Amino acid sequence: MTTAPGADELQLLLPVPDEDGAPFWEYAARGELRVQACTSCGRLRFPPRPCCPHCGSFESEWRLMSGRGRIWSYVLPHPPLLPAYAAQAPYNVILVELSDAPHIRLAGNLVASADAPLDSVDPSRLRIGAQVQVVFTETGGMTVPRWIPGKS
Amino acid sequence: MAATLKDATAIVGIGQTPFAKRLPASEKELACRAILAALADAGIAPGEVDAFASYTMEETDEVEVAKAIGAGDVTFFSKVGYGGGGSCATVGHLAAAIATGQATVGVAWRSRKRGSGPRPWKNTAVQLPTPGQWTRPFGLLRPADEIGMLARRYMHEYGATRDHLFNVAMACRNRANENPAAMMYERPLTREMYMTSRMISDPLCLFDNCLETDGALACVVVSAERARDCRHKPVYVHSAAQGLPSQHHGMVNYWNDDPLSGPAWTAARHLWKQADFGPADVDVAQIYDAFTPLIPLSLEGYGFCGRGEGAAFTEGGALEIGGRLPINTGGGGLSEAYVHGFNLINEGVKQLRGTSTAQVPDAATCLVTAGEGVPTSAILLRA
Repeated sequence: MTTAPGADELQLLLPVPDEDGAPFWEYAARGELRVQACTSCGRLRFPPRPCCPHCGSFESEWRLMSGRGRIWSYVLPHPPLLPAYAAQAPYNVILVELSDAPHIRLAGNLVASADAPLDSVDPSRLRIGAQVQVVFTETGGMTVPRWIPGKS
Repeated sequence: MAATLKDATAIVGIGQTPFAKRLPASEKELACRAILAALADAGIAPGEVDAFASYTMEETDEVEVAKAIGAGDVTFFSKVGYGGGGSCATVGHLAAAIATGQATVGVAWRSRKRGSGPRPWKNTAVQLPTPGQWTRPFGLLRPADEIGMLARRYMHEYGATRDHLFNVAMACRNRANENPAAMMYERPLTREMYMTSRMISDPLCLFDNCLETDGALACVVVSAERARDCRHKPVYVHSAAQGLPSQHHGMVNYWNDDPLSGPAWTAARHLWKQADFGPADVDVAQIYDAFTPLIPLSLEGYGFCGRGEGAAFTEGGALEIGGRLPINTGGGGLSEAYVHGFNLINEGVKQLRGTSTAQVPDAATCLVTAGEGVPTSAILLRA
C-alpha cells in the first residue's frame, strides 16, 4: 500500500537555526553571505559556535563574503529519499569552498537560477574545481543560499 | 611506570543471534539471547556479571538487561556515543574497568532492528538544528550522502576509482559467501553486478552500502588471570583507543582543514603507541565498513599504507584470504550483517581462536576498528 505524500512532505526541509547559527540565516534573508569571525584574532570559523577555537574569545562578528567559490566535492542522491527530494532526484548536493576563505565549505545545490529546481543543472556539468556564485531563494519563509555556475 | 591495559584482560565469550532482514523478537530479547549465548560460550554464570558496556544508540539499557539475564550486583556501566564509532570502545571501557578492579566480569553488546525498523535518517526533526541546518535542507539527508561527498573528493585527489571500491565490496562478499551465518551467504557478487547496480548517492552504488539487519551480538571480558580458567583460548585485549580529532565535525567533517584525515588517524596513534607490534605485524583486520570508501581511508589512518595509497592497496587481491591484509573475514557490515560493527569484534575473536569460516592460517594478531567518519575506537587483539 502506498500513501500519497501530504503537502508538507512535498516541501524541502527548512533550516532550523540554533542560537549560534541564527545570524547566518538572518543575513541570508537580506541576500548577504556572511561567515562568523573572531573579533579578537580575526580567524573565520564554520559552523558557528560560541567561542574561538584558536584564541578562546567569545566576541565575534559576521564578515561579508564575496559569494564566489569552487566546487570541492559533490554527490548525486538517488532514492530512497524523503518525498520532496525523491521528486527531484537525482539532484546534486555540492560542497563549495569559498574563494575568500578556502577552509570554509558550504553545502548547497548548483541550480540554473535561484528559484530553479534542484535538478536544473545537467549532472555532466558538475566538476570539482568549477567556479560557482551564490544566489538566494526564499522557500517556506526561510531564505537559503544556492549556487549558480560562475564565470571561469 | 603508568598502568597499562596491555594484555591485562581478554575476551572469553562471544554470542550472537541469527541475522536477517526481519526477526520477530524485540531488541531486548535479541540482546538477552546474544548476551546469554556469550556467557555460555565463556562458561560463566550470568550472576557473575558485574559490568556492562554498550552504545548510546543501544535502546536496551543495562537495567533491563541486568534484570532479564539475572546479573549480580553491577559496579560498572558505560555507554559510548556516535553510533558505529562506539563498537570497540565498549570492549575498551570494560577492559579498563576490569584492569583497574572496578569489576570482574564485563559484557558488551549491541542489539538492533535496523532491517525491519525505521531508517534513522528519516527522523530529520531532531537533526535539523546542528549540524543539520547546514546540510539537510540541501538534500544531504543520509549517511550515504555524507560519506559519498568525502568519497568523491578522495577519488578526485588520489585517483581512486569505482574498481577500488568494488575490490572492497568483493572481499567482504567473498568472505560472507563462506559464512553460513551471513546475510549474503551463497549470494556471490560479480563486477558486472557492481558496475550496473543502482546508485544510492553517486559515486556510491547499492553495493557500497552496508546491509540493513536485525540481530544482536555480545562478548564477555574478564581479567587475563580469570581467562585462563574459561572454556576457550583467551583472546587478549592488547591495546585499545578512542579517537575524536581536533576540529572534527562527525559524518560531515567538511569544515576540518583536512577532511580526509579522519578519526582513524587519532585512534591509531594511541593504539600503536600502546602496542608491542605495528601495522606490518597484523595478521588479519576487521575494519568498519558501513560504506566501502571507509576501508581505504582506514587503511591509511591505521598505517597500513601512506596517505592517498589506500585505494591502490586494495589491488591484486590484497584484502582477500592469502592477500597482504585479509579483512572482514565474516563478511563485515557490507555482507555479513550491519549491527553497528559488533560482528567485527566477534569475528576478530573467532580468527584468534582459529574458528573463523574464513580462517587466516595461524592468525595471532587482529585489528578491529569502529566507525570511521565519526568519533571512533579500535582494539588490537592477540592470541
